[in-house]
Amino acid sequence: MNVLSDNFAMFREGFLGTVELTALSALLALVLGTLIAAFRVSPVPALRVFGTAWVTLLRNTPLVLLFLVATLGLPALGLKGWDSFWLAVMALGCYTSAFVCEAIRSGINTVPVGQAEAARSIGMTFSQTLGQIVLPQATRTAIPPIGSLMIALAKNTAIASGFNVTELGSVQKTLNADAGYDIYVIFAWIAVCYIIITFAISGLFRLLENRLAVAR
Amino acid sequence: MSEVSVTKDAAAAPADALVVLHNVNKHFGALHVLQDVDLTIARGEVVVVIGPSGSGKSTLCRTINRLETTDSGSISIDGKPLPQEGKELARLRADVGMVFQSFNLFAHKTVLENVTLGQIKVRKTDRKQAEQKARALLDRVGVGAQAEKYPAQLSGGQQQRVAIARALAMDPKVMLFDEPTSALDPEMINEVLEVMQQLARDGMTMVVVTHEMGFARSAANRVVFMADGRIVEEARPDQFFSNPRSDRAKDFLSKILHH
Ligand SMILES: Nc1ncnc2c1ncn2[C@@H]1O[C@H](COP(=O)(O)OP(=O)(O)OP(=O)(O)O)[C@@H](O)[C@H]1O
Ligand SMILES: [Mg+2]
Repeated sequence: MNVLSDNFAMFREGFLGTVELTALSALLALVLGTLIAAFRVSPVPALRVFGTAWVTLLRNTPLVLLFLVATLGLPALGLKGWDSFWLAVMALGCYTSAFVCEAIRSGINTVPVGQAEAARSIGMTFSQTLGQIVLPQATRTAIPPIGSLMIALAKNTAIASGFNVTELGSVQKTLNADAGYDIYVIFAWIAVCYIIITFAISGLFRLLENRLAVAR
Repeated sequence: MSEVSVTKDAAAAPADALVVLHNVNKHFGALHVLQDVDLTIARGEVVVVIGPSGSGKSTLCRTINRLETTDSGSISIDGKPLPQEGKELARLRADVGMVFQSFNLFAHKTVLENVTLGQIKVRKTDRKQAEQKARALLDRVGVGAQAEKYPAQLSGGQQQRVAIARALAMDPKVMLFDEPTSALDPEMINEVLEVMQQLARDGMTMVVVTHEMGFARSAANRVVFMADGRIVEEARPDQFFSNPRSDRAKDFLSKILHH
């Protein structure tokens, strides 16, 4: 009558589903977030407008609504054939990218303008200045807030359970429906799974922070 | 002394103009910071720009490599007008070295990397060659022993000399200095000025915003005096300091020479 041992395969699948969803959404969020941050500080007005619009829109929309747009809106627009897992990655990744962008941008603001001017004065282009001088230093300040964002992202993946994705949230729902298990024990095991994931993320980011602090 | 000046002046014939500003105007909002500025700097010439705070000296310097845009007028370097933006501009900027009051070294890079970065990324020099040249330049400005350190581990005077080496590594046609010694403790000013003196002797074309009168007297071919966004007076240093013509210059000199 142990929930975990009776349903180990299901737990494992859910756990891996959450890990996968978190990892891929995080990757998308970091890449997009960095790109949009670059847009927001670029000398091209059109890119700045796009970046600002992206952040404003995504940061102010409830995540559930984004899931609805991804699962109902996109197919209605003719984008069919995506499975629900990838739609969830899109929704989570885009949503989190807006916050990542702002974390990076606040990091960029801590890098003295003079260094960017010095880089331009030796002939470096905008993207070289950003990639070689500004972002490496901005990242240092942005790492801790981005770590928090990634933990929030891991927990936000639970919303995907409502959209036909196998992850920890869906495991919990299935087991709850399957009477005979103590609901609190189910919750406890699910919580343990999330804690493992979020602790791993914290650890990873603490490591990153230390590595970057030493490299100076 | 006067003979030296004469030969210097001859070398500075307008036929060999390197930097030409023509009728340059610049506003910051309602503030007219550069007003009809005409300035021609000859190859090998050393021009010192002085003037009261807020007169537009930094802005003038920064427009020459387009860190500031202008509203009207033209600026050309070695016969080529400054491009608007993009790669073209970046290429031209590499030919114009700039040294800032606050050094602006790349804080996350070692001294050596500060001096090799532009060579590698902009000039596409290979790393080995870039490092060789960087070490030679660092030796030349007297900080060769600090190559592996980070900027924060250096004194202000050392940092500024690294910044000079970083600019020189690009083989610039002209070097701009915006108050290079103003942020330094008195005992470090001379080590930086000496490097600049040597550079002037080696024939580098230089525009130097500074209040160091000693440097202006000994190294400059010409002093340009600015006030309220205009070039009010231009003269040889000995003439300017001993016999300024404009009232603004007289007033300014009487203030700074009393300090
Ligand atoms: N980015 C800016 N935005 C608005 N005004 C500016 C800006 N930069 C400079 N100014 C103004 O333009 C004028 C000229 O400034 P500039 O820095 O060129 O003077 P300066 O001669 O270098 O003075 P200082 O000796 O104090 O360095 C000043 O009144 C200054 O306040
Ligand atoms: Mg100034």
